[in-house]
Amino acid sequence: MLQLENVTHAYDGRTVLHDVSADLTERRIGVIGANGSGKSTLARMLNGLLVPDSGRVLLDGRDTRRYAKEIRRRVGFVFADPGTQIIMPTVGEDVEIGLRGSGLSRIEIEERVERILRRHGLDGHRDHPAHLLSGGQKQMLALASVLVTEPEILVCDEPTTLLDLRNVTMIQRTLRTLPQQIVLLTHHLDTLGDFDRVLVMDEGRIVFDGVPDVAVAHYTQLMRRRLDDPPREEPPEPVGGEPAP
Amino acid sequence: MSMLGLYVPGDSAVYRIPVGAKLLGLFGAVTAVIVVGHPWTAAAAALGCALLYPLCGLPPRYAWRTLRPVLPFLALIALFQAFTGDWQVALRVCAQLAVAVLLSGLVTLTTRVSEMLALFERLARPLRFVGVRPERVALVLALTVRAIPMVASAWRASREAYLARGLRGRPHLMVVPVIVGLVRSAEAMGEAMTARGVD
Repeated sequence: MLQLENVTHAYDGRTVLHDVSADLTERRIGVIGANGSGKSTLARMLNGLLVPDSGRVLLDGRDTRRYAKEIRRRVGFVFADPGTQIIMPTVGEDVEIGLRGSGLSRIEIEERVERILRRHGLDGHRDHPAHLLSGGQKQMLALASVLVTEPEILVCDEPTTLLDLRNVTMIQRTLRTLPQQIVLLTHHLDTLGDFDRVLVMDEGRIVFDGVPDVAVAHYTQLMRRRLDDPPREEPPEPVGGEPAP
Repeated sequence: MSMLGLYVPGDSAVYRIPVGAKLLGLFGAVTAVIVVGHPWTAAAAALGCALLYPLCGLPPRYAWRTLRPVLPFLALIALFQAFTGDWQVALRVCAQLAVAVLLSGLVTLTTRVSEMLALFERLARPLRFVGVRPERVALVLALTVRAIPMVASAWRASREAYLARGLRGRPHLMVVPVIVGLVRSAEAMGEAMTARGVD
């Protein structure tokens, strides 16, 4: 189980998470909020990419501060921009690299790569240059590259943001079929309909935590209020959305 | 298949030759052509190398694509040698270079990058004793290959933004946005590598 205990974090003096606590026990958890609300920072905490300035993030009682490497193996992370997640020149090689040092034999690695590529509709692209794939295929590759290591939990940071409707639907369908626990950050609110729980974030705090339809309604109201009555001093918004870690 | 001249899938005999043997063969063939040093032999070898492409199951256009980027240099070398020496030297030097380029291209097109990296990793193993991690060497080489389309993409994006704003001339103005874009991409890729446990 993932747990956040009084997590606070700041970038360059700007606090982006304020004393956040939550036990993430449900199988499908959505996180929604405006750009700069702290969603991406929270997600990076879950996989040990970032450690909090104060408070703790735990996976089955193990602190990300101490067990970061193990936690990263158990918690897969999918980024918004698959282009930067692809490391190797070809599709097959990119999926394969996650299995380096896994102790699997060459044959087992080959089988696992074949299987995951087939499952994600990339079986004909194994030797294809990864940078020449379409946006949707790149995101499927990014997903496959993470899933090939068989993580227990998958954290997806707006994986559909850069995609068209067809590809959004494809990623949504794929996520729906995965057996892993999923923490999904998204601006596509319709994705969350069948989720078990949705957290609404605002200015570094969880301001609502509940079932999807009520959470989405709460978030919509919150954004309307913001538009009608904008705060006098907006925090600086980094180009491209979430603040860079 | 790609602008990098990377692997083209195939199943001819050359694909089944281990990468080490291919590189040794490349080294041996180029050395032999240089040692023999006969202009007509070198020219015949260059023609033979071009014919190897279809024999290895690659369409002839790949031979042309491989050779095309170096043709201006070959032309310059040929002109220089023809004016300062004699046409036989020009023919020999150009043919030898063409052999080296065509054979290197053939090795690249029929070998997966991962196979090449595995070989480099093996070759770098003795460097462990001086603190070098061979898997890191291979990873750095892979990232170098991966970075080429990334740089091209950053340049293209910057150029499009530049033209879209109605700017003309002064292409040096694109350098800073390209570098900033690349630094951001490198940071994001580093983060992704850490997240995937590839560090």
